[in-house]
Amino acid sequence: MTFTSILFAGTEAGKIHEALEAPAFFADLNLDQVMDTITAGRQEYNLKPFFYASLRDADAIEYRYEIMADLENKILFEQLTSFAEKMRAMRRYLALVDKLYYRYHKEGWLIEAVDMYCEAVNSLVRDLALADLKSRGFLAFREYISDYARTGDFAALLAETKQLKADLGAVKYCLLIKNGSIKVRKYESETDYSVDVEETFAKFKQGAVQDYRVKLPAGSGMNHIEAQILDFVAQLYPDLFAKLDEFCGKNGNYLDPAIATFDREIQFYIGYLEHIARFKQAGLKFCCPEVSNTAKEIYVDEGFDLALANKLLAENSSVVCNDFYLEGKERIFVVSGPNQGGKTTFARTFGQLHYLASIGCPVPGRAAKLFLFDRLFTHFEKEEDIKNLRGKLQDDLVRIHDILEQATPDSIIIMNEIFTSTTLKDAVLLGKKIMERISELDLLCVCVTFIEELASLGEKTVSLVSTVVPENPAFRTYKIIRRPADGLAHAMAIAEKYRLTYGSIKERIRS
Amino acid sequence: MKAFLMYRDRDFDLQRDLPFHEETLTQDLELKTLFNAMASDDKFLLEVARKAVLSSMDDLDAILYRQAILKDCLKNSAVVRNIYAIAVEAIERKQKSFYFGIFTRYPAGILHSSRDALQMFLDMLKQLKNIADAHADKFEAEGFRRFFAMLRTELDDEYFAHVQEQLRELKFRDGVLISAALGKGNEGTGYLLHKPQEKKGSWLERLFAEKPPAYTVRLHERDEAGARALGELKDRGINLVANALAQSAEHINSFFTMLRTELAFYVGCLNLQEKVAPRGGAMTFPAPVAAGKRRHSFKGLYDVCLFLTMEQNVVGNNVNADDKDLVMVTGANQGGKSTFLRAIGLSQLMMQCGMFVPAEAFCANIGNGLFTHYRREEDVTMKSGKLDEELGRMSAIVDHVRENSLILFNESFAATNEREGSEIARQIICALLERHVKVFFVTHLYELAHGFYEQKPENAGFLRAERRPDGERTFKLVEGEPLQTSFGEDLYNRIFHSAG
Repeated sequence: MTFTSILFAGTEAGKIHEALEAPAFFADLNLDQVMDTITAGRQEYNLKPFFYASLRDADAIEYRYEIMADLENKILFEQLTSFAEKMRAMRRYLALVDKLYYRYHKEGWLIEAVDMYCEAVNSLVRDLALADLKSRGFLAFREYISDYARTGDFAALLAETKQLKADLGAVKYCLLIKNGSIKVRKYESETDYSVDVEETFAKFKQGAVQDYRVKLPAGSGMNHIEAQILDFVAQLYPDLFAKLDEFCGKNGNYLDPAIATFDREIQFYIGYLEHIARFKQAGLKFCCPEVSNTAKEIYVDEGFDLALANKLLAENSSVVCNDFYLEGKERIFVVSGPNQGGKTTFARTFGQLHYLASIGCPVPGRAAKLFLFDRLFTHFEKEEDIKNLRGKLQDDLVRIHDILEQATPDSIIIMNEIFTSTTLKDAVLLGKKIMERISELDLLCVCVTFIEELASLGEKTVSLVSTVVPENPAFRTYKIIRRPADGLAHAMAIAEKYRLTYGSIKERIRS
Repeated sequence: MKAFLMYRDRDFDLQRDLPFHEETLTQDLELKTLFNAMASDDKFLLEVARKAVLSSMDDLDAILYRQAILKDCLKNSAVVRNIYAIAVEAIERKQKSFYFGIFTRYPAGILHSSRDALQMFLDMLKQLKNIADAHADKFEAEGFRRFFAMLRTELDDEYFAHVQEQLRELKFRDGVLISAALGKGNEGTGYLLHKPQEKKGSWLERLFAEKPPAYTVRLHERDEAGARALGELKDRGINLVANALAQSAEHINSFFTMLRTELAFYVGCLNLQEKVAPRGGAMTFPAPVAAGKRRHSFKGLYDVCLFLTMEQNVVGNNVNADDKDLVMVTGANQGGKSTFLRAIGLSQLMMQCGMFVPAEAFCANIGNGLFTHYRREEDVTMKSGKLDEELGRMSAIVDHVRENSLILFNESFAATNEREGSEIARQIICALLERHVKVFFVTHLYELAHGFYEQKPENAGFLRAERRPDGERTFKLVEGEPLQTSFGEDLYNRIFHSAG
């Protein structure tokens, strides 16, 4: 029985799928922020190469969505998190063994590492056996690890470790410290002093108080006095310590490579799911979208910008979701409307959702159908580069030209505020020309622009508008809709806004 | 050991969150004046007064429990202030002499310091006990009787002797005996201090008894690192005992703190009484009635904050608004409407924290929460329109209001024209009344007040600021129909008097 990967299957299995550099559009879509947050605290797993590599095969994506679906099971998720914690602890102990100096001290930590490994494997085998697994990935891994745990080698390692740990844990000794000397002897039952003191003053107990126990430095190694005491303890229990020497001699290399790989790769799922958990808790929805590399009719219900939501949630602000769809011949969203109304956010949302789907991650939204692109291009406004001798307009055109050269009908292009550095007349002219090219390519595109003329160029374009509350233009809804809205302002309307009409108040106060 | 002088069965928690609108209440009812009178320049008293007054109780029995204790305090003010002084002294001596800061890194330091602190507390507890022995029989309230009885049983002579003995033993003249086990990585763990064993048997038996094997680590004179390590081991051993001792000291400190906190409320009441009574201000213990009832009847109710601010006496009002859910107050500008509304709010808060109230007689039902909605100055942040701002505050109140809450409105919803303002207010009031919220509404909105008056609902009362035919105001409120004008003209005439 062999097992290769929990991340790759089908045609993707066996290929190398680790991209070392982030795709070019990462910064424009703020995906770099998202991935930084996800991988923070997980550096030891080196996960970014997985997040940088999008898949083209619908089945490979389905392989991951199956696993994501299995991980919806909270119990299983926690069990895997706990497996990871144990493996981390094990690595910490091994690092310690390398650094330490005294023999029994080193051996003490090595047995801890082995014990932690056995514990990690055993609990995972136990947990997976009871789990209701459906994904191809988990089913194959379960078979592999249960076989492994049943082998004689692992069973022997486990038994020996447990016995030795129990024997060492039972060792108890006494120290009498007086005038610069320490007498070490075996323990005889003696009474605890602090219990005595607590009893005397128990009647004054008023609830929780400060903990005055001093955090005496622990794990900072062993000084020569402690080492000497440990040597004397070893002399008090000679047989036990001889066994410990033997155990460490033969069990230096115990880690199974396939389990080590699983430990790394599963973090891709755990990291992402842990990241989106807090959004789910705030009532935001995620879904595994339907993906296709042929149908360009897409839709998203309640989609939102994952990077922005992270910021808003930290500030306790609410997140505005948007619905959008393309049907029939529609291919291009042209987004116009007031500033600060969520236009750029919409463009990012569109891009993020498509990218996240392409690496097999659940996307922000209640339901979605998305296109499996071959390339994704973004054109966001850039600071003028002093080393670049071209003017800004020229620079814009060069970049767009490059994009159109590489783009295929299966690509996605996201443009944000193009041609802002020329006259309106020029901008309209150039904008139309570019849009015609895009239209010919029949690819999916979002174009955020102030040029309203671009919104009605043909049957492929859909006009979207960011909206405001009419009676209070300072208040942004961040809603992007296919049609503009209008409203009226008068006092009762404001009362309604605050839900202070007769009916609303009666509803709000429970009788 | 608990003081239980604020509640029958729980501590008074100074850290507890105040209601969301405490700032609004403080501003609208001028509570700072009341707090300052209770505090007499003492920051701690100020804090306790603020927390106690703003944390209304809605349990009848709990209010009467405090009233009884406050009555005892008024009778025995010297003894109460004396107990308070002992609590303050104990806490201050602890703070001054036994500051743990510099020792906190060493269990030995903590042990030493805690032992001394406990010795000091022992003396203060003895003083407290002596007062209890001398004066307990003068107190009648259930709370005080329980408190003194507790001191008598818990702090007897035998207990004081036992503590003294234990503090002596903790000097460790025969060395420190510690047990330990092997923990992770074979590092010593679970260090525990033990009492040195009593020596068993005769010297002859001890001589021939089989000795367990033992090894001794001797420290070289110049081994400084070793000496440090040995000190650390010792510290690990006494860590738990030092902790137990320090925590015990803190527990006793908490006992004194609680005693101080709870008495501080009553000391604040004494301070207030001593400022009001000499000037002839009436104070009476109110008769609270269950929240579901509708009672509001009083004689000579005045605004104690105005009283404290002014040199002369202020006008008291007599009103009977029993069985009313809505009291609508209209009438002359500067006719005492706002003062009246404030007196209603203040007396409600004072009653529901167990205090006396500024009146000759007072009876009211308990409110499940008191809210105020006052007209505000123009919003300085320029964020929203004025009506917006008023409605925003109203909405926050609706979020928190419950059945039998009491809301005081002062000139609310006048930021738009009279018709719209009246309509908004009407809908709000009607909905509140149907949800059994009690409402006092001071207003100039004639259409609103008149509209309610026309319907002559039985559960509504109408008060008007009195104005004599010559235009003079008495600052008294009388029952009466809302009138179309609020006599702004009077005010205008007075200010432009020279013209006439």
